[in-house]
Amino acid sequence: MARSATTPKVELRGVRKQFGRKVVLDGIDLTLDAGQSLVVIGGSGTGKSVMIKCVLGILRPDSGRIFVDGQEVTHLHGRAREAVLKKFGMLFQGSALFDSLPVWENVAFGLIQGHGVPRRKARDIAIEKLAKVGLGPDVAMLSPAELSGGMQKRVGLARAIAADPQIIFFDEPTTGLDPIMADVINGLIVSTVKDLGVSTLSITHDMASARKISSRIAMLYKGKIIWDGPTADIDNSGNPYVDQFIHGRAEGPIKMEVRR
Amino acid sequence: MNILRAIGHVVLVFFRATGSLAVFAADAVSACVRPPIYWLLIVRQMMRIGYFSLPVVGLTAFFTGGVLALQIFIGSSRYGAETFVPQIVVLGITRELGPVIAGLMVAGRVAAAIAAEIGTMRVTEQIDALTTLSTNPVKYLVVPRLLAAVISMPILVAIADSIGVLGGYVVATESLNFNGTVYLRNTANFVTNQDVTSGLIKAAVFGFIIALMGCYHGFNSRGGAQGVGTATTNAVVSASILILAANYILTSVIFPH
Repeated sequence: MARSATTPKVELRGVRKQFGRKVVLDGIDLTLDAGQSLVVIGGSGTGKSVMIKCVLGILRPDSGRIFVDGQEVTHLHGRAREAVLKKFGMLFQGSALFDSLPVWENVAFGLIQGHGVPRRKARDIAIEKLAKVGLGPDVAMLSPAELSGGMQKRVGLARAIAADPQIIFFDEPTTGLDPIMADVINGLIVSTVKDLGVSTLSITHDMASARKISSRIAMLYKGKIIWDGPTADIDNSGNPYVDQFIHGRAEGPIKMEVRR
Repeated sequence: MNILRAIGHVVLVFFRATGSLAVFAADAVSACVRPPIYWLLIVRQMMRIGYFSLPVVGLTAFFTGGVLALQIFIGSSRYGAETFVPQIVVLGITRELGPVIAGLMVAGRVAAAIAAEIGTMRVTEQIDALTTLSTNPVKYLVVPRLLAAVISMPILVAIADSIGVLGGYVVATESLNFNGTVYLRNTANFVTNQDVTSGLIKAAVFGFIIALMGCYHGFNSRGGAQGVGTATTNAVVSASILILAANYILTSVIFPH
């Protein structure tokens, strides 16, 4: 595979992480190029979330190196880490909205705390971002607990894009939603990505979602990337693991592990 | 072999827990003195930790003072020394029972609430979300609770001391036939600055223990609703035990014999 001349937005080189004796990431090599929408697929418990958390610095890899815009971030902490994190937006699996704060303050949180934007101005930006994900200003004053799962996902998306990040991570963006709402969220992801011109890295096991929001797909299995290619090639990957996964077959080379 | 292995396992678990708690505490304390400090959150936590604990702490202090007066009266009457009731009540309340009773009540109320809240934030990834929004979770969640508890507890205990003495006074004058004026004069003449301040110092330490245990167990909770439940229980139990242990150590340091 030819390496592009530009610096990748995110690059992982030989990242390893284990918990106790369980090796979760076994030397991952992965690059996310500028403007690309990469989806990492893989079964539950294959370390997709751990990989994302290593990039964000929530978990520390045991070995290997991670670069963001060419800068090594593997061992950054404190202020330097916070500065790198300002380039990122993240949509969590369960939305992870702060239930003690109203919707608008959730969206504006990064602006107020991380970027020092005055509250009133941050609130206007929050309402504008909520409009982008199809929520009216009346939602802004509600508490997150009053919203349905799909609405919470939208607020989470608004929060992820609030501070105009360059890179957005989506952790299982459609999990727990009905198929229609899942498609709405997929559509929102596609349109916001196009609007903002950001690079995205998503992890999912929902193939419909993966096909819709990605330009490239990589498959994670047993802590390694076993296939990586354009979304259009996923049906002709020639890889029995990928075939089994995208068709959701119980029989095949992938055996279900009961224990994580 | 199995006995050795079991002992070794217990020892390892103990030292691992102590070590991670020490690291957490050092991290939290150092975050207290580095900006940004969230003043609004500190005030809000003082309301939750201090102000809303007033009813339960006041009630327990009142009855503790009352029962103390009663027992001292019964005990000292065996030696004909009933007149010492006000002195011993005020000594017991300000030095020991005020801070310890308030500490245990607040541990039950506040350490549990903190552990449940932060534990839920942990398992729903809200703490990770804070990190991704360039906010240090220790500064945003732990520091306000720690500072609020350390500031609120001495104030709470000062109030509990007064109410405890009042409880003793009510029992002594209403059912033990003490003269009210004499009772109060004996109390005021006997109590020293050191009696009260030692109790307030203890209160600040207990406040630190309560908030630290709530935050530590909340931060380290794992695995959904059950994990949060375990964290809550552990927070209350460990805070209560540490309060009683710290109380003994503080007493022996402040009042060397």
